[in-house]
Formats: sequence, C-alpha cells, structure tokens
Amino acid sequence: MPYKSINVGSEIPTLTKVATTRMLVQWAGATGDFNPLHYEDDFAKAMMLGSPIVHGALKRAWLGQLITDWIGEQGELKKLSCRYRGMDYPRKMKTMEEPHEGETWLCKGKVIKKYIEDNNVIVECEIWVENGKGEKTTQGSAVVSFK
Amino acid sequence: MVEGSRLTHGLRKIIGTISGPAIFKVEEGAIQRYAQAIDDPNPVFNDIEYAQNSQHGRLICPPGFTGWPVKGEHPVINIISAITRADASLRLVDGGVEYEFLHHIGAGDILIAIAKVIDITERETKAGKSLFINVGTTFTNQNSAVVLNVISTFIGL
Repeated sequence: MPYKSINVGSEIPTLTKVATTRMLVQWAGATGDFNPLHYEDDFAKAMMLGSPIVHGALKRAWLGQLITDWIGEQGELKKLSCRYRGMDYPRKMKTMEEPHEGETWLCKGKVIKKYIEDNNVIVECEIWVENGKGEKTTQGSAVVSFK
Repeated sequence: MVEGSRLTHGLRKIIGTISGPAIFKVEEGAIQRYAQAIDDPNPVFNDIEYAQNSQHGRLICPPGFTGWPVKGEHPVINIISAITRADASLRLVDGGVEYEFLHHIGAGDILIAIAKVIDITERETKAGKSLFINVGTTFTNQNSAVVLNVISTFIGL
C-alpha cells in the first residue's frame, strides 16, 4: 500500500469480523481474561447484560489488525486508542466450526490528517467497529508513520 | 470531600500509587495463540520461518499483546484490587485504552511492567456520578528500552 496514495479522507479497507462464543473462549485462553461476564449466562444476567458480551479488548485487537493489515511492512503503528460505546453479543456455535447465522461486525477507518514530522510521513486516522445495525460500538484513533 | 461525591478520601489516597514490577515473557506459541484468537492470519504474527526472514527477524506481537506474566501479576490488577478495597460499592468497567508503541515487542523479549494511578476524577454521566480512573503502565524490555506505554481507563459506576 503506497502511502503516497493516502490522503485526508482516504478510507481504510474494511475488516470484517464475526464474534462467536468460540472466539471469546480462545481470546480468554490467549490473554488470561477469564471474567465470567464473557462466558457465564447467569453471571451476565446478574450484571444486567442479558447474556455474555464480547470483550472490549478483543474489539480493540480487531482495530489493531485493521491498521496493521492496511500499513503492511511499509508503515509503523505509533499510537492506538479506543473507547467502548456499546455492548456486542457473540454468535453461538452451531457446529464445532460454524456459528449460527447472525451479526457481522465491520472494522472501519478513515484518514483525518497527514503531515511530515522528522522526515517521516505521519497519518492520523479515526477508526471504529460497527455492529450489524451500523452502530459504532467501539471508537478510537490511530497514528501511523511511514519513512 | 464534596457532599455526595464518590471520590472518597480513601480513593484520593490511591492517586499516585505504583504497582509492580511484574515480569512478562514473550513466547512464540503465545503470540501465535493470540493471533489465532483474533483470527489474524498475518504471517509476522503466525509463521516463525516467514517472520525470521522478515525485517523483524522473529515473530512479533500484534499491537497490545505483551506476552504472559511469569513473575507477579499484571500490575493493573493490584491497582484494581486497591480501588475495590477502598470502595467496595464501585462497579468497575473497562473505559478504554491508549497505546503508545515505541518499539516492536516480539518472541524472546522479557518485559518489566510498572503501573501507576495517574488520576481519579468524577463526572456526571448517564449512570449518575461516575469515577474515571486513569492508570498508566510502562513496559521496558531486556535492553532497558521502553517499548510500550499504556493508559487504561476504568469507569467506576
């Protein structure tokens, strides 16, 4: 991805994700976040959330992938931030490998600034995760650098 | 303390608290499991041979992954415990994070993590008076280079 083609307003290629109960289990195992909010029905109900929710940090990791997929080996991710604006609920598994039909999440972003700093091209982006209804449940920003 | 404020004297005393150090070890298998968990097939996170032949010379971590603690707990956990001891009525939720990446973290790194409570402020939100707790964590590698700065925000409801 040649950075010279990036301009203010450029859109980052959308990254599609499907959160499943299986993914949440894998995430818990890979990170050590065993909060029952993300796997225990009764606990999630007691916390007034209805059912287990997607880890906020998992959505943040999706946004990290949105950027690293986009910049490839040409750029360096310098900053990433996000805030969680809404709950997301995973699809349950139908088979060992396939989830039930349901929601799909879209990770998106666009360039809001581009400038030179210390001989590097700096690009600032707004990034976010949209749920199946098009609502932004996670919003943030990223700063990348190209030599 | 202002009447009706949730920012108690006990919580104010926690501002400036330092937790750690904890030691994190970054291993190839852990990096691969993390990448698989988020369904990220990028070979610099997954393929050892590819990564060794890349500019990085090794598997590197997806943004935000810092390996697993091998000595001590993540220092933020101790801070959360101190907050909940100071006010057991608080329900803490993840309010977000800011990362500053200074150097790549990758397989073989040994990181030292130290966290500090930066500030605790009170704001009116839809849920009423809520506390915003900012905790800064610094990760330093085996070469004494700061590789990552993190500011984690917790909202006390």
